[in-house]
Amino acid sequence: MTAHLTITAAGPAMSVQDLGRTGYRAVGLTVGGAADRRALYEGAALLGQSADSAAIEMAGSGGSFVSDADVRFALTGASMAAKLDGEPLVWNASHLLPKGSTLTVGGAQAGTYGYLHIGGGIATPVVMGARSSHLAGGIGKLLATGDVLPIGKDTRKDVSNTLPADPRFSGGVVRMVASAQTADFASETVSRFTSTAFQRDPRGNRMGVRMAMDGDGFAMESGLSIVSEVVVPGDIQIAGDGSPYVLMYECQTTGGYPRIGTVLPCDMPRVAQAQAGAELRFEMLDLQDAIGVQARALNELKALRAAVTPLVRDPAEIRDLLSYQLIGGAVSAQANPFD
Amino acid sequence: MLVTFADKMNEPANRAALAFRAAVDQQEWPDVIETSTSLVSTYLEVNLALTPLQGIVEQLQDLLKSRDWYQAALPNGRSLWHVPTVYGTDLAPQLEEAAALADVDPDTAIRQISSSRVRVLTIGFAPGQPYMGELSETWNIPRQKGLTKAVPPGALVIAIRQIIVFTNAAPTGWRHIGQTAFGTFLPQTPRPFTLAPGDELIFPSVDRASFDQINDSSGLGGADRETIA
Repeated sequence: MTAHLTITAAGPAMSVQDLGRTGYRAVGLTVGGAADRRALYEGAALLGQSADSAAIEMAGSGGSFVSDADVRFALTGASMAAKLDGEPLVWNASHLLPKGSTLTVGGAQAGTYGYLHIGGGIATPVVMGARSSHLAGGIGKLLATGDVLPIGKDTRKDVSNTLPADPRFSGGVVRMVASAQTADFASETVSRFTSTAFQRDPRGNRMGVRMAMDGDGFAMESGLSIVSEVVVPGDIQIAGDGSPYVLMYECQTTGGYPRIGTVLPCDMPRVAQAQAGAELRFEMLDLQDAIGVQARALNELKALRAAVTPLVRDPAEIRDLLSYQLIGGAVSAQANPFD
Repeated sequence: MLVTFADKMNEPANRAALAFRAAVDQQEWPDVIETSTSLVSTYLEVNLALTPLQGIVEQLQDLLKSRDWYQAALPNGRSLWHVPTVYGTDLAPQLEEAAALADVDPDTAIRQISSSRVRVLTIGFAPGQPYMGELSETWNIPRQKGLTKAVPPGALVIAIRQIIVFTNAAPTGWRHIGQTAFGTFLPQTPRPFTLAPGDELIFPSVDRASFDQINDSSGLGGADRETIA
């Protein structure tokens, strides 16, 4: 029997996301997929399943969920106030959602995108090779109250695991490399860019995130009439008014605004997760250094599963404490245990 | 990785980019994740954290030297489309503004654009969305400084001697001069991508009443298609 997850209350911007779909760039469709890829790998590590598994991405705040079977789930990304039948849950950990119980996920406390992963993955139909909604491309839609999502077969039972928190939710330094047009900017403009403290503008979504700053913009003289060229997620596009936009995974495939650089894939979660107002700075790396940084980050993702540890529970928070057998392991302090 | 054949749009460079991409695809290099073209470039996606840069650069240089890509022909099996379009009105509020920038009156603008036969130079920005050109030098007008918050699907927009029909509602810096009901991405149909690079289009002017009467069950907004011999 296929298990189902019913959304009994949907937040404003929830969608099914995975690692996206490749192979359609030539016909105008970018890869799309989760805004915070690392969160997908973390959820997969916590549940012991493939990082290809589809999860629910929750921008800003979550919703309420009920299942028609016991299912395992994990919560990663931006921490949100999560409760199981009213009892608080630890974020960045795996838990059991018993049949009929209600999981509620509130507003983001730090960061922007929270993720709800289900053991077996969300099993909505595969469209052109992936399950992710590509809202800008017209594939899929935002999740709504009343939606019922099929769940894939789960082969494991372990829950109550956790991962160390990764600091990427409050801005910081974002590493970049030169893009095809960096050399067309005046070198003073590029150095001013890398020495500016930006704030993540509230204008940000799955297509791109605007950076706000004090002072002049970063316009290039011929900026409004350059030839439209391939753009990729991570590109930092300078719009006509001189303000930078970091393009995200659901960006367009081509664009006519000049790009001052490209954010490394491993630092994209930091851009995606920065809350409005969080301070971000950009650091330019040469290509070889950047390749080294990115290769190390890929190895770190592979090592996530080994970093999973059991969740240590505080007895004061265990609501059914008295049902546990607590004295079965008692030994005498005087007896020699090696006798 | 981007292989660029010109720094501005021109015909031979556009054909070179299309032909070079086809040649890269034929090589079936295992490190190439996907390929595409823009107006004047061929794009290859390679994971540089896993693939040595030097090797892929040498392979590309050898392929580039193997022939004169600027002499490449256009793809076979192209179509010519006639797409009914309302110019101006409240459906397309920036016709007058674009005409003023081109230094022509709105009627002349409609006459010139609706009789221009343009070619799909590349597909991009959104699924199936065509960049078409080139219009006459009159229409070498810049993008606007701010972004229009959203133009609707089917919007005909103009800048730098090119026009685009928007696939989905999206923000843009191009000016909205006409409105069509031409679906360029129809994901629920057997032919989800209506156009291919090299296809040609004409956007004849129709009045609002006939536009409203277009039966849109096909998703093509009353457009006719013929094969280019």
